[in-house]
Amino acid sequence: MVLNNIEQLIEKYENGTTTLQEEQQLKDYFSQATVAPHLEAYQYLFKYFLHTQNEQFTKTIPLKPKKTKKMYKWISVAAVAVLMFGIYMTSTSKVSNGMTVEQELAYNQTKAAFNLLASNFNKGTQKKMEALGIMTNSLEEGNEKFAYLREFSNSTNKIFKND
Amino acid sequence: MTQTEFLNIVMPFKDKVFRLAKRLLVSQEEAEDATQEVLLKLWNNKKQFEKYRNIEAFSMTMTKNFCLDKLKSKHAQNLKIVHSNYKDNNVPLQKQVELNDSLDWVGKIMEDLPELQKIILQLRDIEQYEFSEIAKMLDMNETAIRVALSRARKTIRKRLTNTHSYGVK
Repeated sequence: MVLNNIEQLIEKYENGTTTLQEEQQLKDYFSQATVAPHLEAYQYLFKYFLHTQNEQFTKTIPLKPKKTKKMYKWISVAAVAVLMFGIYMTSTSKVSNGMTVEQELAYNQTKAAFNLLASNFNKGTQKKMEALGIMTNSLEEGNEKFAYLREFSNSTNKIFKND
Repeated sequence: MTQTEFLNIVMPFKDKVFRLAKRLLVSQEEAEDATQEVLLKLWNNKKQFEKYRNIEAFSMTMTKNFCLDKLKSKHAQNLKIVHSNYKDNNVPLQKQVELNDSLDWVGKIMEDLPELQKIILQLRDIEQYEFSEIAKMLDMNETAIRVALSRARKTIRKRLTNTHSYGVK
Protein backbone atom coordinates (compact mmCIF):
# COMPACT_ATOMS: atom_id res chain seq x y z
CA MET A 1 0.00 0.00 0.00
CA VAL A 2 1.23 3.46 -0.77
CA LEU A 3 2.64 5.31 2.21
CA ASN A 4 0.96 8.50 1.10
CA ASN A 5 -2.38 6.83 1.22
CA ILE A 6 -1.71 5.55 4.74
CA GLU A 7 -0.78 9.01 5.93
CA GLN A 8 -4.01 10.38 4.58
CA LEU A 9 -5.93 7.62 6.26
CA ILE A 10 -4.23 8.35 9.57
CA GLU A 11 -5.18 11.98 9.25
CA LYS A 12 -8.77 10.93 8.72
CA TYR A 13 -8.50 8.40 11.50
CA GLU A 14 -7.42 11.00 13.99
CA ASN A 15 -10.34 13.19 13.05
CA GLY A 16 -12.70 10.30 13.62
CA THR A 17 -13.98 10.26 10.08
CA THR A 18 -12.68 6.93 8.79
CA THR A 19 -15.08 4.16 7.91
CA LEU A 20 -14.70 0.69 9.30
CA GLN A 21 -13.17 -0.50 6.02
CA GLU A 22 -10.56 2.20 6.11
CA GLU A 23 -9.72 1.37 9.68
CA GLN A 24 -9.32 -2.24 8.66
CA GLN A 25 -6.86 -1.12 5.98
CA LEU A 26 -4.86 0.70 8.60
CA LYS A 27 -4.87 -2.34 10.84
CA ASP A 28 -3.68 -4.51 7.99
CA TYR A 29 -0.89 -2.12 7.16
CA PHE A 30 0.35 -1.84 10.74
CA SER A 31 0.28 -5.54 11.37
CA GLN A 32 3.18 -5.87 8.90
CA ALA A 33 6.63 -6.47 10.32
CA THR A 34 8.09 -3.21 9.06
CA VAL A 35 6.43 0.17 8.84
CA ALA A 36 7.68 3.62 8.08
CA PRO A 37 9.78 4.77 11.09
CA HIS A 38 7.79 7.94 11.74
CA LEU A 39 4.62 5.88 12.01
CA GLU A 40 5.96 3.32 14.48
CA ALA A 41 3.91 4.70 17.35
CA TYR A 42 0.75 3.83 15.45
CA GLN A 43 1.96 0.29 15.03
CA TYR A 44 1.73 -0.27 18.79
CA LEU A 45 -1.68 1.26 18.87
CA PHE A 46 -3.13 -0.94 16.16
CA LYS A 47 -1.34 -4.04 17.38
CA TYR A 48 -2.83 -3.42 20.79
CA PHE A 49 -6.28 -3.20 19.25
CA LEU A 50 -5.78 -6.47 17.40
CA HIS A 51 -4.51 -8.22 20.52
CA THR A 52 -7.30 -7.10 22.78
CA GLN A 53 -9.82 -8.12 20.17
CA ASN A 54 -8.90 -11.73 20.82
CA GLU A 55 -9.46 -11.63 24.52
CA GLN A 56 -12.25 -13.96 25.54
CA PHE A 57 -14.60 -14.50 28.39
CA THR A 58 -13.75 -17.99 29.64
CA LYS A 59 -15.87 -18.33 32.73
CA THR A 60 -19.09 -20.28 32.55
CA ILE A 61 -22.36 -18.47 32.72
CA PRO A 62 -24.29 -19.53 35.80
CA LEU A 63 -27.92 -19.58 34.82
CA LYS A 64 -30.91 -20.03 37.10
CA PRO A 65 -29.30 -18.97 40.34
CA LYS A 66 -32.35 -16.91 41.20
CA LYS A 67 -34.51 -19.95 41.86
CA THR A 68 -32.03 -21.50 44.26
CA LYS A 69 -31.73 -18.20 46.04
CA LYS A 70 -35.48 -18.16 46.57
CA MET A 71 -35.41 -21.78 47.73
CA TYR A 72 -32.79 -20.98 50.34
CA LYS A 73 -34.90 -18.12 51.51
CA TRP A 74 -37.93 -20.30 52.06
CA ILE A 75 -35.93 -23.09 53.63
CA SER A 76 -34.48 -20.67 56.14
CA VAL A 77 -37.96 -19.32 56.90
CA ALA A 78 -39.20 -22.86 57.51
CA ALA A 79 -36.21 -23.66 59.73
CA VAL A 80 -36.82 -20.58 61.85
CA ALA A 81 -40.50 -21.50 62.18
CA VAL A 82 -39.66 -25.03 63.33
CA LEU A 83 -37.13 -23.68 65.79
CA MET A 84 -39.59 -21.20 67.27
CA PHE A 85 -42.24 -23.92 67.58
CA GLY A 86 -39.77 -26.19 69.34
CA ILE A 87 -38.75 -23.51 71.81
CA TYR A 88 -42.39 -22.65 72.43
CA MET A 89 -43.31 -26.28 73.09
CA THR A 90 -40.48 -26.95 75.52
CA SER A 91 -41.12 -23.75 77.42
CA THR A 92 -44.87 -24.44 77.86
CA SER A 93 -44.33 -28.03 79.03
CA LYS A 94 -41.89 -26.74 81.63
CA VAL A 95 -44.43 -24.27 82.97
CA SER A 96 -47.16 -26.93 83.40
CA ASN A 97 -44.99 -29.48 85.21
CA GLY A 98 -42.18 -27.38 86.57
CA MET A 99 -39.61 -30.18 86.44
CA THR A 100 -37.89 -32.64 84.19
CA VAL A 101 -38.31 -36.41 84.28
CA GLU A 102 -35.26 -36.93 86.49
CA GLN A 103 -36.38 -34.29 88.91
CA GLU A 104 -39.80 -35.89 89.11
CA LEU A 105 -38.29 -39.32 89.78
CA ALA A 106 -36.16 -37.98 92.60
CA TYR A 107 -39.11 -36.09 94.00
CA ASN A 108 -41.23 -39.26 94.06
CA GLN A 109 -38.48 -41.27 95.72
CA THR A 110 -37.98 -38.76 98.50
CA LYS A 111 -41.73 -38.56 98.98
CA ALA A 112 -41.90 -42.34 99.44
CA ALA A 113 -39.02 -42.24 101.89
CA PHE A 114 -40.67 -39.51 103.93
CA ASN A 115 -43.93 -41.50 103.97
CA LEU A 116 -42.12 -44.55 105.34
CA LEU A 117 -40.50 -42.43 108.03
CA ALA A 118 -43.80 -40.85 108.94
CA SER A 119 -45.54 -44.22 109.31
CA ASN A 120 -42.75 -45.46 111.62
CA PHE A 121 -43.12 -42.31 113.68
CA ASN A 122 -46.84 -43.02 113.97
CA LYS A 123 -46.21 -46.59 115.19
CA GLY A 124 -43.76 -45.29 117.77
CA THR A 125 -46.13 -42.68 119.13
CA GLN A 126 -48.94 -45.24 119.38
CA LYS A 127 -46.81 -47.57 121.52
CA LYS A 128 -45.66 -44.75 123.75
CA MET A 129 -49.19 -43.50 124.15
CA GLU A 130 -50.27 -46.98 125.28
CA ALA A 131 -47.45 -47.16 127.79
CA LEU A 132 -48.27 -43.67 129.06
CA GLY A 133 -51.90 -44.69 129.44
CA ILE A 134 -50.93 -47.70 131.55
CA MET A 135 -48.66 -45.55 133.64
CA THR A 136 -51.36 -42.98 134.38
CA ASN A 137 -53.76 -45.75 135.27
CA SER A 138 -51.38 -47.20 137.82
CA LEU A 139 -50.63 -43.71 139.10
CA GLU A 140 -54.31 -43.15 139.71
CA GLU A 141 -54.51 -46.53 141.46
CA GLY A 142 -51.57 -45.53 143.59
CA ASN A 143 -53.29 -42.22 144.40
CA GLU A 144 -56.37 -44.02 145.59
CA LYS A 145 -54.26 -46.27 147.74
CA PHE A 146 -52.45 -43.20 149.08
CA ALA A 147 -55.84 -41.76 150.05
CA TYR A 148 -56.53 -44.90 152.12
CA LEU A 149 -53.19 -44.44 153.77
CA ARG A 150 -53.95 -40.84 154.62
CA GLU A 151 -57.28 -41.88 156.06
CA PHE A 152 -55.53 -44.48 158.15
CA SER A 153 -52.95 -41.99 159.46
CA ASN A 154 -55.66 -39.47 160.30
CA SER A 155 -57.46 -42.00 162.39
CA THR A 156 -54.22 -43.08 164.13
CA ASN A 157 -53.42 -39.42 164.89
CA LYS A 158 -56.84 -39.02 166.54
CA ILE A 159 -56.17 -42.06 168.66
CA PHE A 160 -52.75 -40.79 169.76
CA LYS A 161 -54.11 -37.26 170.53
CA ASN A 162 -56.84 -38.69 172.57
CA ASP A 163 -54.32 -40.54 174.64
CA MET B 1 -36.92 -19.86 26.04
CA THR B 2 -34.56 -22.69 26.92
CA GLN B 3 -31.01 -22.31 28.17
CA THR B 4 -29.48 -23.35 24.87
CA GLU B 5 -31.55 -20.87 22.91
CA PHE B 6 -30.49 -18.16 25.30
CA LEU B 7 -26.84 -19.16 25.05
CA ASN B 8 -27.04 -19.12 21.27
CA ILE B 9 -28.21 -15.53 21.41
CA VAL B 10 -25.67 -14.47 24.00
CA MET B 11 -22.57 -16.34 22.78
CA PRO B 12 -21.66 -14.03 19.86
CA PHE B 13 -21.32 -10.94 22.00
CA LYS B 14 -20.39 -12.20 25.47
CA ASP B 15 -16.70 -11.54 24.74
CA LYS B 16 -17.52 -7.99 23.74
CA VAL B 17 -19.36 -7.48 27.00
CA PHE B 18 -16.38 -8.86 28.87
CA ARG B 19 -13.87 -6.68 27.03
CA LEU B 20 -15.91 -3.55 27.62
CA ALA B 21 -16.21 -4.44 31.30
CA LYS B 22 -12.49 -5.02 31.50
CA ARG B 23 -11.75 -1.75 29.75
CA LEU B 24 -13.75 0.09 32.38
CA LEU B 25 -13.02 -1.95 35.51
CA VAL B 26 -9.40 -2.83 34.57
CA SER B 27 -9.23 -5.91 36.79
CA GLN B 28 -9.81 -9.28 35.17
CA GLU B 29 -11.80 -10.70 38.08
CA GLU B 30 -14.08 -7.72 38.36
CA ALA B 31 -14.70 -7.78 34.64
CA GLU B 32 -15.61 -11.46 34.82
CA ASP B 33 -18.01 -10.81 37.68
CA ALA B 34 -19.56 -7.91 35.83
CA THR B 35 -20.03 -10.02 32.69
CA GLN B 36 -21.72 -12.76 34.66
CA GLU B 37 -23.94 -10.22 36.31
CA VAL B 38 -24.96 -8.67 33.00
CA LEU B 39 -25.68 -12.04 31.40
CA LEU B 40 -27.69 -13.08 34.43
CA LYS B 41 -29.77 -9.96 34.22
CA LEU B 42 -30.41 -10.77 30.59
CA TRP B 43 -31.42 -14.31 31.50
CA ASN B 44 -33.82 -13.10 34.15
CA ASN B 45 -35.39 -10.66 31.71
CA LYS B 46 -35.54 -13.14 28.87
CA LYS B 47 -39.30 -12.86 28.65
CA GLN B 48 -38.94 -9.30 27.43
CA PHE B 49 -36.49 -10.20 24.68
CA GLU B 50 -39.04 -9.62 21.97
CA LYS B 51 -39.37 -6.01 23.05
CA TYR B 52 -35.74 -5.18 22.40
CA ARG B 53 -34.92 -4.75 18.76
CA ASN B 54 -31.22 -5.29 19.20
CA ILE B 55 -30.22 -7.43 22.14
CA GLU B 56 -26.51 -6.96 21.55
CA ALA B 57 -26.75 -3.18 21.65
CA PHE B 58 -29.00 -3.43 24.67
CA SER B 59 -26.48 -5.61 26.50
CA MET B 60 -23.63 -3.26 25.70
CA THR B 61 -25.63 -0.37 27.14
CA MET B 62 -26.38 -2.45 30.19
CA THR B 63 -22.72 -3.34 30.61
CA LYS B 64 -21.68 0.27 30.32
CA ASN B 65 -24.21 1.39 32.93
CA PHE B 66 -23.40 -1.47 35.24
CA CYS B 67 -19.65 -0.83 35.12
CA LEU B 68 -20.02 2.91 35.60
CA ASP B 69 -22.24 2.28 38.61
CA LYS B 70 -19.68 -0.09 40.00
CA LEU B 71 -16.89 2.41 39.50
CA LYS B 72 -18.93 5.05 41.24
CA SER B 73 -19.75 2.87 44.24
CA LYS B 74 -16.27 1.44 44.64
CA HIS B 75 -14.21 4.42 43.76
CA ALA B 76 -11.78 4.06 46.63
CA GLN B 77 -11.31 0.34 46.17
CA ASN B 78 -8.07 -1.01 44.86
CA LEU B 79 -8.19 -2.30 41.34
CA LYS B 80 -5.81 -5.01 40.27
CA ILE B 81 -4.14 -4.82 36.92
CA VAL B 82 -3.97 -8.25 35.40
CA HIS B 83 -2.17 -8.55 32.14
CA SER B 84 -3.28 -11.08 29.65
CA ASN B 85 -0.66 -13.08 27.85
CA TYR B 86 -0.02 -11.71 24.44
CA LYS B 87 0.66 -14.38 21.90
CA ASP B 88 3.10 -13.08 19.39
CA ASN B 89 5.25 -15.80 17.92
CA ASN B 90 8.12 -15.62 15.43
CA VAL B 91 9.51 -12.47 16.95
CA PRO B 92 12.90 -12.39 18.67
CA LEU B 93 12.61 -12.28 22.45
CA GLN B 94 14.10 -8.82 22.87
CA LYS B 95 11.78 -7.41 20.28
CA GLN B 96 8.86 -9.29 21.81
CA VAL B 97 9.49 -7.92 25.28
CA GLU B 98 9.77 -4.45 23.84
CA LEU B 99 6.57 -4.91 21.92
CA ASN B 100 4.67 -6.27 24.90
CA ASP B 101 5.88 -3.36 26.96
CA SER B 102 4.57 -0.96 24.38
CA LEU B 103 1.30 -2.84 24.11
CA ASP B 104 0.89 -2.64 27.86
CA TRP B 105 1.73 0.99 27.57
CA VAL B 106 -1.15 1.54 25.16
CA GLY B 107 -3.46 -0.13 27.68
CA LYS B 108 -2.17 2.09 30.45
CA ILE B 109 -2.63 5.21 28.39
CA MET B 110 -6.19 4.12 27.69
CA GLU B 111 -6.78 3.73 31.42
CA ASP B 112 -6.07 7.40 31.90
CA LEU B 113 -8.71 8.49 29.39
CA PRO B 114 -12.07 9.76 30.58
CA GLU B 115 -14.68 7.00 30.89
CA LEU B 116 -16.73 8.09 27.89
CA GLN B 117 -13.70 8.22 25.60
CA LYS B 118 -12.65 4.80 26.84
CA ILE B 119 -16.04 3.35 26.00
CA ILE B 120 -16.18 4.92 22.57
CA LEU B 121 -12.65 3.89 21.67
CA GLN B 122 -13.37 0.37 22.86
CA LEU B 123 -16.58 0.11 20.89
CA ARG B 124 -15.15 1.59 17.73
CA ASP B 125 -11.52 0.51 17.44
CA ILE B 126 -11.68 -2.85 19.17
CA GLU B 127 -15.24 -4.05 18.69
CA GLN B 128 -15.63 -2.25 15.35
CA TYR B 129 -19.18 -1.07 15.70
CA GLU B 130 -20.67 1.42 13.24
CA PHE B 131 -21.18 4.95 14.51
CA SER B 132 -24.94 4.53 14.28
CA GLU B 133 -24.76 1.49 16.56
CA ILE B 134 -22.58 3.27 19.09
CA ALA B 135 -24.94 6.22 19.02
CA LYS B 136 -27.80 3.90 19.92
CA MET B 137 -25.86 2.19 22.69
CA LEU B 138 -24.72 5.38 24.36
CA ASP B 139 -27.78 7.43 23.53
CA MET B 140 -25.65 10.18 21.95
CA ASN B 141 -25.58 11.74 18.51
CA GLU B 142 -22.94 10.64 16.00
CA THR B 143 -21.13 13.96 15.82
CA ALA B 144 -20.50 14.00 19.55
CA ILE B 145 -19.17 10.47 19.31
CA ARG B 146 -16.81 11.39 16.46
CA VAL B 147 -15.50 14.34 18.44
CA ALA B 148 -14.86 12.27 21.54
CA LEU B 149 -13.27 9.52 19.48
CA SER B 150 -10.99 11.94 17.68
CA ARG B 151 -9.92 13.41 21.00
CA ALA B 152 -9.19 10.00 22.46
CA ARG B 153 -7.17 8.89 19.43
CA LYS B 154 -5.13 12.09 19.39
CA THR B 155 -4.38 11.85 23.11
CA ILE B 156 -3.16 8.30 22.80
CA ARG B 157 -1.06 9.04 19.73
CA LYS B 158 0.51 12.07 21.39
CA ARG B 159 1.45 10.14 24.50
CA LEU B 160 2.66 7.17 22.48
CA THR B 161 4.95 9.25 20.28
CA ASN B 162 6.25 11.04 23.35
CA THR B 163 7.18 7.86 25.16
CA HIS B 164 8.45 6.33 21.98
CA SER B 165 10.82 9.15 21.07
CA TYR B 166 11.97 9.88 24.62
CA GLY B 167 12.40 6.26 25.42
CA VAL B 168 10.63 6.76 28.72
CA LYS B 169 8.65 3.75 29.74
